[in-house]
Amino acid sequence: MLLGMKRYVVTRMATMFGVLMVTLLITIALVGSNMDTILKQGIVFQVRSEITENPSIGQSFSSVVEFEAFIQTQIDQRVKVLGLDEPWYSPQRVGITMYKILLLDFGHATFLTSDSGSSDVKDILFEKLPRTVLLFTTATIIISIMGVFLGALSSSKIGSTTDRITSSFAIVSSSFPVWWIGMLMIFLFAFTYQIFPARATPDIPLSDPGYIGSLLYHMALPLITIVMIGFGSWAYMVRNFMIGIMQEDFIMAKKAIGINQKKIIYTHALKNAAPPIVTILALSLSGSLGGAIITEAVFDWPGMGRLYFEAISVMDLPVIIGATYLLTVFFLISIFIADLLYGYFDPRVRAGQ
Amino acid sequence: MSSITPLEIKEEFFKNKMGITGILILVSLVAISIIVIIVIPVETFQEWNNPESWIAYPKIAIPVWVNIFMFEKIPEHMILEKPDIKNVSQEGISLTSHQFGLNFDYDDFPNDFIYIFSSEYTGSPLLQMSIIRPDGIKIELLSTSLPYSNSKTIHYERVFSTDEAIKKNLSLQSEKFKFTLDNLSAEDIVFSKTQTNEPLKGNYIFSIDLYGIKSEPLINESKLIIGGKAFGMMGTDELRRDLAIGLLWGTPLALFIGLVVSIASVIMGLLYGVYAGYKGKKTDEVMMRFNDVIYALPALPFLIILSVTISNSIFLMVGFLMIFGWVGIAKVARSMSLQIKTHGYVDAANVMGQKDSKIILKHIVPQLLPYAFASIAISVPAAITTEAGLSFLGLGDPLFPTWGQILHDANTFGAAARGLWWWIMPPGIMIAITGLAFVFIGNALDVIVNPKLRR
Repeated sequence: MLLGMKRYVVTRMATMFGVLMVTLLITIALVGSNMDTILKQGIVFQVRSEITENPSIGQSFSSVVEFEAFIQTQIDQRVKVLGLDEPWYSPQRVGITMYKILLLDFGHATFLTSDSGSSDVKDILFEKLPRTVLLFTTATIIISIMGVFLGALSSSKIGSTTDRITSSFAIVSSSFPVWWIGMLMIFLFAFTYQIFPARATPDIPLSDPGYIGSLLYHMALPLITIVMIGFGSWAYMVRNFMIGIMQEDFIMAKKAIGINQKKIIYTHALKNAAPPIVTILALSLSGSLGGAIITEAVFDWPGMGRLYFEAISVMDLPVIIGATYLLTVFFLISIFIADLLYGYFDPRVRAGQ
Repeated sequence: MSSITPLEIKEEFFKNKMGITGILILVSLVAISIIVIIVIPVETFQEWNNPESWIAYPKIAIPVWVNIFMFEKIPEHMILEKPDIKNVSQEGISLTSHQFGLNFDYDDFPNDFIYIFSSEYTGSPLLQMSIIRPDGIKIELLSTSLPYSNSKTIHYERVFSTDEAIKKNLSLQSEKFKFTLDNLSAEDIVFSKTQTNEPLKGNYIFSIDLYGIKSEPLINESKLIIGGKAFGMMGTDELRRDLAIGLLWGTPLALFIGLVVSIASVIMGLLYGVYAGYKGKKTDEVMMRFNDVIYALPALPFLIILSVTISNSIFLMVGFLMIFGWVGIAKVARSMSLQIKTHGYVDAANVMGQKDSKIILKHIVPQLLPYAFASIAISVPAAITTEAGLSFLGLGDPLFPTWGQILHDANTFGAAARGLWWWIMPPGIMIAITGLAFVFIGNALDVIVNPKLRR
């Protein structure tokens, strides 16, 4: 059994790495040509500004043609140093870029900076990431706990009022976009009734002792919104798993023996529903990071999602590549964990490999 | 699953209240779409982002039906285009008179008034504007001569209530009012009671007289706009656009995006999965690894990059959404076809030497159809909300007013902060209703297709 697990882990890891490489390649292919144009423009700008700062260079030339030729050679030299003379799709350059990205070296951002003023993409990303994790992981955990209990509760009394309310809430909430509910929540609870701040960015510096309190206060409105929209479908999903399990023979047998319903549901049935639930939890933890882009843009939450949105609006390509890479890595890790859990809980999956 | 016939599905489906509700909503949405496409000219939505074509409309006006619930009536925006025309000629002086009657029955002053006209004349005719109020008082607004011209000329002009000449004329008639007119705008004076500065309700007549000497001036176009704070069924936005038109046009667009994306991705996924499952072995392995790769791509970041770098055309967007839509369905279809493959009749068909494509299309795919319909219905809302989300980020197709774009504009102009609920609520509600219709239908089908959920 252990051998099967090992082989399973290795093949999964190989697939994941392959996926990561493909993702990187696609990203580079999509933004590569734009990236080159921007970098070259940057070099031209750099050379010109160096010459304007230093008038003696300009005076040493007798004709304009000569001067322009000098500038051009300067530019060409730098382009060559950076390897930009080859097209972005040359195997050598793609290789170097991918190698650098694998080592988390994303270069410097074109426009955006971190709060501390660094333009290193790595610094920016690792400054924003914890905030996104804080908001969305908290939300996902609350959602899953609420979902499991509500789901178990409504599966124990199918057709009851609780079950009906939960199910219809799940169905209705799943068709609302989270960001639209976010807009409504801001409209209602930030402007009409001024309970929460409209912008989720804390307005006091990091060093202040009240920072954590302020952060939590600013986090409340997005957190409530995400939980409100999310828990219904979780409860519905858990309910449906449980209904399936409650019809299995071993549960029927337990019922026949006379073990009470509550005990069956909360110990035996829930335990058997655990594998898919845990798997889905692993997936939704990372999935929430991807969905964060729009939600963070609405609430102005200073995390990865808003960074991504800002990077796109100013076309800051190193940041876009870095953020996409990071999101993909997280997504893959969680798929990987989900797969492992699934393989661990359900031997049939491993055997299928 | 294989034992359910289409007739049974139909019967089961119409026993389900949720399914019927879903169908009813969908039918009305389709009806709206058809009416919109037939009734509203295509030009209006092509002009959606052209501010020129919305100039006669008010800014951020509340929907008119709000007045039903209001104790103090909000002035409605009025666009009057059909004046009573009188032509009089006497001793070489000819008079063309246009009269606009309007019933002003509101508890607040209008925003402004604008008279738009074009006139054809020679010489320099005299233009006089005046108002006869419900209390019988006549107020002179303007008396001016149009620019002199030797030959026949066409003159186009907009007379605004903020015009300096109107202000001057009103201050000359200040003895008609019992309060000081300083710092009051023209509409606040004209529509005011004489004792106090409160709106005077009743019938007003705006008359515009054009006197021509020796020649007869013609007024070709003549339009009076009383700028109000309420307009249309859905109000207007910051750029004066009639939101009703945007919302109505959004319906066929959303249905188009949702249905095309989900139908195409389900068909793609179904064929892909069934083929992989049926072929098995190496083919299956390779195809499923490829499936894994697409499955592991983070969808939203990629959709954003694609729309930024390639194009934000709505048709390409539909294609991009399909790339990410078929993966899950392919996985399920594969495992289902693995099961069906073991049935005797598939083997029999194989032994008889039928082609693979025929076996797949004739023997396996029909078995999966109920599941396919349920998946189509369930994946529509996701396609619609994803497109709306992209549009909300400002990555939508600027040529088509989708609900997501209306919300994007609302967000850019800070509608939430300014309390413009009619700009935020309806697009989201429309998205939700459309999604809900398909979720209802999908759930009803799902209950039939998955026997486990039936009890």
